[in-house]
Amino acid sequence: MPAGNAALPPAAARPAVKAPSPERDLRLDLFRGLALWLIFLDHIPSNIVSWITIRNYGFSDATEIFVFISGYTAAFVYGRAMRERGPVVASARMLKRAWQVYVAHIFLFVIYMAEIAYVSASFENPLFNEEMGIFDFLKQPDVTLVQALLLKFKPANMDVLPLYIMLLAGFAPFVWLLLRAPTFALLASAVVYAVSWHFNWNLPSYPEGTWLFNPFAWQLLFGFGAWCALGGAQKLGGLMRSNIAVGLAFTYLLFALCIVMTWYFPRYASFVPRILSDWMYPIDKTNLDVLRFAHFLALAVVTVRFIPQNWPALKSPWFKPAIICGQHSLEIFCLGVFLAFAAHFMLQQVSSRVAVQIALSALGILIMIASAALMAWYKQVEGRSPGSRPPRDADLAGGEA
Amino acid sequence: MKAISIALLLSLTAAFAGAGNALAADTDPACATASSLVSADFKLSQAATAIKNKQLTIAVIGSASSTLPDAKKAYPARLEEMLISKLPGVAVKVVARVKARESARESMPELRKLMAVEKPSIVIWQTGTVEAMRGIDPDTFRSTLEDGIEAAQEARSGIILMNMQYSPRTELMIAMPPYADAIRIIALQHEILLFDRLAIMRRWGELGTFDLNEVTKEMDTANRVHDCIGHLLGDLILEAAKLPASSENGIK
Repeated sequence: MPAGNAALPPAAARPAVKAPSPERDLRLDLFRGLALWLIFLDHIPSNIVSWITIRNYGFSDATEIFVFISGYTAAFVYGRAMRERGPVVASARMLKRAWQVYVAHIFLFVIYMAEIAYVSASFENPLFNEEMGIFDFLKQPDVTLVQALLLKFKPANMDVLPLYIMLLAGFAPFVWLLLRAPTFALLASAVVYAVSWHFNWNLPSYPEGTWLFNPFAWQLLFGFGAWCALGGAQKLGGLMRSNIAVGLAFTYLLFALCIVMTWYFPRYASFVPRILSDWMYPIDKTNLDVLRFAHFLALAVVTVRFIPQNWPALKSPWFKPAIICGQHSLEIFCLGVFLAFAAHFMLQQVSSRVAVQIALSALGILIMIASAALMAWYKQVEGRSPGSRPPRDADLAGGEA
Repeated sequence: MKAISIALLLSLTAAFAGAGNALAADTDPACATASSLVSADFKLSQAATAIKNKQLTIAVIGSASSTLPDAKKAYPARLEEMLISKLPGVAVKVVARVKARESARESMPELRKLMAVEKPSIVIWQTGTVEAMRGIDPDTFRSTLEDGIEAAQEARSGIILMNMQYSPRTELMIAMPPYADAIRIIALQHEILLFDRLAIMRRWGELGTFDLNEVTKEMDTANRVHDCIGHLLGDLILEAAKLPASSENGIK
């Protein structure tokens, strides 16, 4: 989502492909910003504040929002690059971006290793003899580090960036196809999804198992976001806003809420018919269960209906903090992962009382906002100064896609 | 819109929360701080029958977090003591089969053997920690749980699933949630009891009932935690045995 939109030639100059609306859609930034906050809250282990996050009230969670909007904005940026500069340059940019995300991931991994090396050195408690076995991997750094570089060893909560790397790395052919035959491209994405379910495709993890976010499955949501960005949203617009769709969406959201409530209050599970629960469970996060995808769609339908693109409140100062976070998503995402490590560390070293959890959650979000504001300010200042790089490159180096 | 839906969610949550009845825990007051998290959601008819027949055998199968260096202080022994005191005249026996670093799949033969030899009324299956530590595919874990539940039901034993302990120091290293969710959903699907040790111990940590972050070689906290777990488990079994037959699960 480039800030430099205004500098582009008018959309009418590229009649071959239906151009996305030239006005920056602040809703994308807003909801990506909110998703980043929710992901941060969910990443602090056993954080009481995570009770407010959407995963507790339905099937999908903030990850779906983040992946969808990332697909949308990536298609927006690289779709235009592909039209203007051709497939080779655009592909190179996508790979460069994937590389940046990889470097960011490894950087976070180093911070993670530093924390747990510290924690393990000082920890002893006979109650947790079993769990302390996990520190064994520190005894063989050769294997652990190589497996981490291969994206096979991924500590808890460090699964989203590897997914994002794979999605970006494989994105170029999809965008190419999307610009020529959008419906066919979306269909191809759905076929990969279905085939991965059928044949249990997934990437291997170390020491055992597979990726927590299966890229072959999650590409569907990323691809769907991309398809929406390059004209799909206009095609779906009427349908999405129809009363029937909104009614269905509400019904489904309510259904999901009731089902999720039985997870917390099992005695009500007997109200769920056996045949339904057998069909429904497990609701698989790893392979982006259809029920999760549908839950995300329902949320999107309701959002699009009640929050129009030109909603004046989007420009109000109240939403500004979330919007600027959403506009620097990679940086703020990584910062969020780091802050979640730091919060965990503080909870261990100082206190894990509820008040501390709330304070650390609020402090973390404030730091995310302040950092995003600083980056926005810096980008603005640099963009203005003479002799600075052209804005579009600056955008590509930034957190837009 | 958002405000309305949030209000709706909150009121629903409150309504549901009000309905869940806390067990009357006449145990160590420290244990009781988490007793609202122990709720007998489904009837344990095998326990009721066994108590009536004055012979209650319980088998605990699990990994290292089900024991302590002194096994008499670990929760299976504490559970046995609690039930003996609460059920005068009933021959209560709790047998524990604990293997460190053994996954649910690996403990299946042991589970089957235990059921053949001891013919327990109830099996308490503590699981999930080893899976989470090794990163075993949650799908594989789910199908193992299904197999184990089936085996217990074939042997006409009641079954209680117990999830991992809450270990705050290692939370960033061991991704428990996918496995805890798997256990929760399987319990729900089969309408069997879940002893949510993870939530219970987390509550203790939050309230400061026990300091689970402590760096220590002493056994004090560990002993008290296991004592409370044994008591809460006993409460759960007694409560679930008392439930009217209508709450009995539909599995034959």
